[in-house]
Amino acid sequence: MTEPVIICRCEDITLADIQERIEQGNHSLEELKRECRCGMGPCQGRTCMPLIAQELAKSLSKPTGEVILPSFRPPTAPISLGALARGSSHD
Amino acid sequence: MNIDIAIVGAGPAGLMAAIKSGQAGGKVLVLERANYLGGQLVKQTHKFFGSKSEYAGERGVDIAEMLVKQAQANPNVTTWNNATVLGYYQEDGVLTVKHHNEFITIKAKKIIIATGASEKTLAFPGNDLPGIFGAGAVQTLMNVHGVMPGKRLLIVGAGNIGLIVAYQLLQAGVEVAGIVEAASTIGGYLVHAAKIRRAGIPIYISHTIKKAYGSPTLAGATVCQLDTNWQQIPGTEFDIVADGLCLAVGLTPLAELLWQAGCTMSYIPELGGYVPLRNANQLTTNPSIYIAGDVAGVEEASAAMVEGKLAGLAAAASLGLTHAKLDQEYADAHNQLSALRAGSVSAKIRAGLAKVTLGQQSAPLLEVI
Repeated sequence: MTEPVIICRCEDITLADIQERIEQGNHSLEELKRECRCGMGPCQGRTCMPLIAQELAKSLSKPTGEVILPSFRPPTAPISLGALARGSSHD
Repeated sequence: MNIDIAIVGAGPAGLMAAIKSGQAGGKVLVLERANYLGGQLVKQTHKFFGSKSEYAGERGVDIAEMLVKQAQANPNVTTWNNATVLGYYQEDGVLTVKHHNEFITIKAKKIIIATGASEKTLAFPGNDLPGIFGAGAVQTLMNVHGVMPGKRLLIVGAGNIGLIVAYQLLQAGVEVAGIVEAASTIGGYLVHAAKIRRAGIPIYISHTIKKAYGSPTLAGATVCQLDTNWQQIPGTEFDIVADGLCLAVGLTPLAELLWQAGCTMSYIPELGGYVPLRNANQLTTNPSIYIAGDVAGVEEASAAMVEGKLAGLAAAASLGLTHAKLDQEYADAHNQLSALRAGSVSAKIRAGLAKVTLGQQSAPLLEVI
């Protein structure tokens, strides 16, 4: 038996999952994210987004540079609610 | 704290930027996510090439120590470790930071982003089996923590990182099963590749990983040949037994803060992915944000240090902070960069940079501020 190809290891999304969703008409990284949470785990897409962008580019027959990236919003890393609730101290 | 220049990342680029802008009189705060300073340098147990001014002949881990000492010796420079920058807000130019577990906002007059790059990975069946690592993880385990990543490792990628990690594995007493490289040529320096070949390790060019196998952990990988269109050639498969697989397939810039800052970005495969447009002194299209090191385009540590110099000097000069030798240091740094990038192995870097550098590539400092 062949092992699955893991694309997004944080959320356990396989290449087959991504291909199926592209076939269903999800043609942007933003749509794919909303459909299956790829890129929304602890690594925040730093590992999987280049692979998914490559796959989208291949399916849509366009250069990887033309695949539109999702927005990069703060926070870039997890922070506890406790730390936020204390409010910010200024430099 | 009254901060002139905030520097995100304390690797070779960020530390050098801190040293140079601190010397010019800038009040500098360096923010480093890890619990140590030095970035990837601390994992580099081999001696560097290049020129004396970038510590050629020294080991990366020793260079890190020297840079940290030099930065911290300057009272103008404050360094924070365990300080993750969470965001940049265009409305007011504020950085939000998690320092240990405290939430802090920081307003600096100028910001130098030196966040480096993250490792790329590959999609193949079995790619999540225990025993499969990125090259950075192998170096962290082996060179920082003294833990062997496996008994017999197969490496994917014959660039400098793959070749150097292969040699470091041998030094640590790990057997190296071979190096698999998809391209038809070895990407890294000949001197590294020759060392590997002299040790009797095969380098399989025009080959790729078809799948990894084993249960519950990695037992080996099936490798096959690629044709000139990068397609797998049926019938060329063979198995290589290994309990570890090290992926050294390149890096991509860690640019999320630059996206948040509204910098104009461009996808440049030669530089590893999306990078910001910049002028000759490392200034992005956001007038308060400079860049240095791999985030500006994946290269190597010596170039990162020189870009750090340029960004540090330019950011200081833009705030009116200068000293008698500043112009000379700036011109010298440009010359060093040109020399580092002059060789035939840097053709790709030069082509990439030509697409994202605005104006003249080595204009005098006063013309680019």
